[in-house]
Amino acid sequence: MTRRHAVGAHYGLMDWLIQRLTAVLMAVYTLLVLAIVLWNGGIDYALWTELFAHAGFRLASFLFMVALLYHAWIGMRDILMDYVKPAGMRLLLETVTVVILFAYLGWTLQLLWGQA
Amino acid sequence: MKQRPVYLDLPRIRLPLPGIISILHRLSGALLFFAGIPLLLYGVAGSLASPEAYAEMKAGFAHPVAKLVLIGMIWAYLHHFCAGVRYLLLDIHRGIELEPARRSSAVVLVLSLALTLILGVRLW
Repeated sequence: MTRRHAVGAHYGLMDWLIQRLTAVLMAVYTLLVLAIVLWNGGIDYALWTELFAHAGFRLASFLFMVALLYHAWIGMRDILMDYVKPAGMRLLLETVTVVILFAYLGWTLQLLWGQA
Repeated sequence: MKQRPVYLDLPRIRLPLPGIISILHRLSGALLFFAGIPLLLYGVAGSLASPEAYAEMKAGFAHPVAKLVLIGMIWAYLHHFCAGVRYLLLDIHRGIELEPARRSSAVVLVLSLALTLILGVRLW
């Protein structure tokens, strides 16, 4: 019989998978942006604004950021689980991490659709 | 719980190359979380407002200290990217033998540093 703790491994596989899927999504977006920049032989203000004026690019950027923030959550939680053993301190740091992640999300939304 | 031997004498631990890649993956990930994401959002948000704001942002990032920080972030992203691709390949059982795994860690280390150097020189 296996003894299970309150924080078991049951959610681990799903997070492991999401970490990989978000990584692939971000890699595709990165290569896409790189391809756009190389195709246009560099970047200037005109191309930059034209890119963000495009609704499709804004949506792709939003998906990239959501993937990034979820990916970052899994990674940061892994780091905290490995190095911060006292439960209270770990919970505090995890909470701080989540607050920061939501702040980043708010900033992203404001930047993508705030002024439009 | 079963007692297992723990060996955490940090100055005496000698990590093999794949271990170095692993800890750098963590380090670069944490760096991107605390500094990379806010810098990215700050840079994009600031540069989109107007041509003047774009020029101002460009001038701001031209400062030597800003350039060094930017090069650091570029390295963190590239290392995290290359090491991440390696982990994805390991996940689908590509290169899991000892020798190929060591070789691919060397490739990750050298490739991300070389790309950082190229981009860093162009940036400077």
